[in-house]
Amino acid sequence: MNEAYSQDHDATSAEVFGGDASGFIPALPEKMSVRNLDFFYGDNRALKSVNVPLYDRKVTAFIGPSGCGKSTLLRVLNRMYDLYPGQRAVGDVLLDGENVLDPRLDVNALRARVGMVFQKPTPFPMTIYENIAFGVRLYEKLGKADMDERVEKALRGAAIWDEVKDKLNASGLSLSGGQQQRLCIARTVAIQPEVILFDEPCSALDPISTAKIEELFDELREAYTIAIVTHNMQQAVRVSQYTAFMYLGEMVEFGETDQIFQTPRESRTQDYITGRFG
Amino acid sequence: MAEHTVKSFDAELELLGRHISEMGGIAEKMLADAMDALANMNAELAQQVIAVDPRLDALQRTVEEETVSIIARRQPVAIDLREIVGALRISSDLERVGDLAKNIAKRTVKVAGEGRIPRAIGGLRGMHDLAVVQLNDVLDAYAQRDAERAKAVWLRDAELDAMEDAVFRELLTHMMEDPRNITFCTHLLFCSKNLERVGDHTTNIAETVYYIVGGRPLPTERPRGGDSAAA
Repeated sequence: MNEAYSQDHDATSAEVFGGDASGFIPALPEKMSVRNLDFFYGDNRALKSVNVPLYDRKVTAFIGPSGCGKSTLLRVLNRMYDLYPGQRAVGDVLLDGENVLDPRLDVNALRARVGMVFQKPTPFPMTIYENIAFGVRLYEKLGKADMDERVEKALRGAAIWDEVKDKLNASGLSLSGGQQQRLCIARTVAIQPEVILFDEPCSALDPISTAKIEELFDELREAYTIAIVTHNMQQAVRVSQYTAFMYLGEMVEFGETDQIFQTPRESRTQDYITGRFG
Repeated sequence: MAEHTVKSFDAELELLGRHISEMGGIAEKMLADAMDALANMNAELAQQVIAVDPRLDALQRTVEEETVSIIARRQPVAIDLREIVGALRISSDLERVGDLAKNIAKRTVKVAGEGRIPRAIGGLRGMHDLAVVQLNDVLDAYAQRDAERAKAVWLRDAELDAMEDAVFRELLTHMMEDPRNITFCTHLLFCSKNLERVGDHTTNIAETVYYIVGGRPLPTERPRGGDSAAA
């Protein structure tokens, strides 16, 4: 009679694993792969042998206390740190198998493929239309009709078209904070990137604007691979399929979001997400 | 485990745990008193058991309100979420244990005048004793968050099922021997079913404790000890 319950029932998941992402055999294609990444601000080692995948057309959330390195990691993914002297990355960051840390790589082309949306909305001081068209012109030469179409498509993609379609010539700065942030998302989408990085995109927004942007994530991930840094744990649960918990520059745990928030394997992860830290 | 940064959250979880313990204590006492009342045909004690039940119901409602409030205000995750969902489940199992004890007490009041064959109660006493040990063990497992102990309780329920089977046969024999025993023995039959159900709720609690501790469920299939009584 023991047969009914003698079988081992804990081998339910290849998806759960502690530590870093090495040793995990993904069933999904990796759009980006971070491998043994170290990052230095001068002598300060801010990232320590970080391994993590960004799965194709999935949302991966990065959580962790301030200073854990999550924003630093995001800034490596599109070489944002290049703008600052004294900062360097060592290791591999692959985008479709190509190392984006290669010094010979065209950084502008990279940033067209890997777009970024920041914490504070940063519209340009120009019209709503020009906010979108400006970036597109850097990469493509489009006629008026094509450009109009691209602008509309981008604004629709960022769920703000209905609110601005009658005032495309108004200043981007005249919009509310939530609208400005969606304008910035539209600006990023207009370049037709493959990956979009969000660095705390909702932390300066009210709950309704936040909800609109979260709603947008489900649509965006049909076309784009997304990484989001957030301090709002509930937001990470709601919008992401994968979650990475970082602490003091290390990748403590990576896994499916449901697993991380229901049965985290590492005690540090559990302490952090349940509010028991420090 | 480390404390929450928000201390009042710890206080709320502790209060929740205390209410579950209190419910466990009441349910155990109701079950023991119900069996004593039945064995001694003591209608007065049986009435006392019936009178205690609303207290258990009220505590269950309190636990429900507390859990809903914590979920709404704290958005718990991981171990905290399991603790809260676990408390909700356990409180509902304990409330049912109280109902089953109350049902035994009600039947005792009915049959107290006609203790026809006292020896027929012997088998029930055995079931009861095991059910009480099981309930006690699982409440200890909960208090200590001991998954292995909970699993042991879960496995041992098969014995209770087997005992119910034996009691079923025994009572059937008494009824066939003398049809005048039928009313009395039918009441006892329901009592044995109640005790078997107490065992099921105890295993539910064991499953919940196991889940709270490790975040993984026990298998859905549980070993069975009897079969004919289920007919």
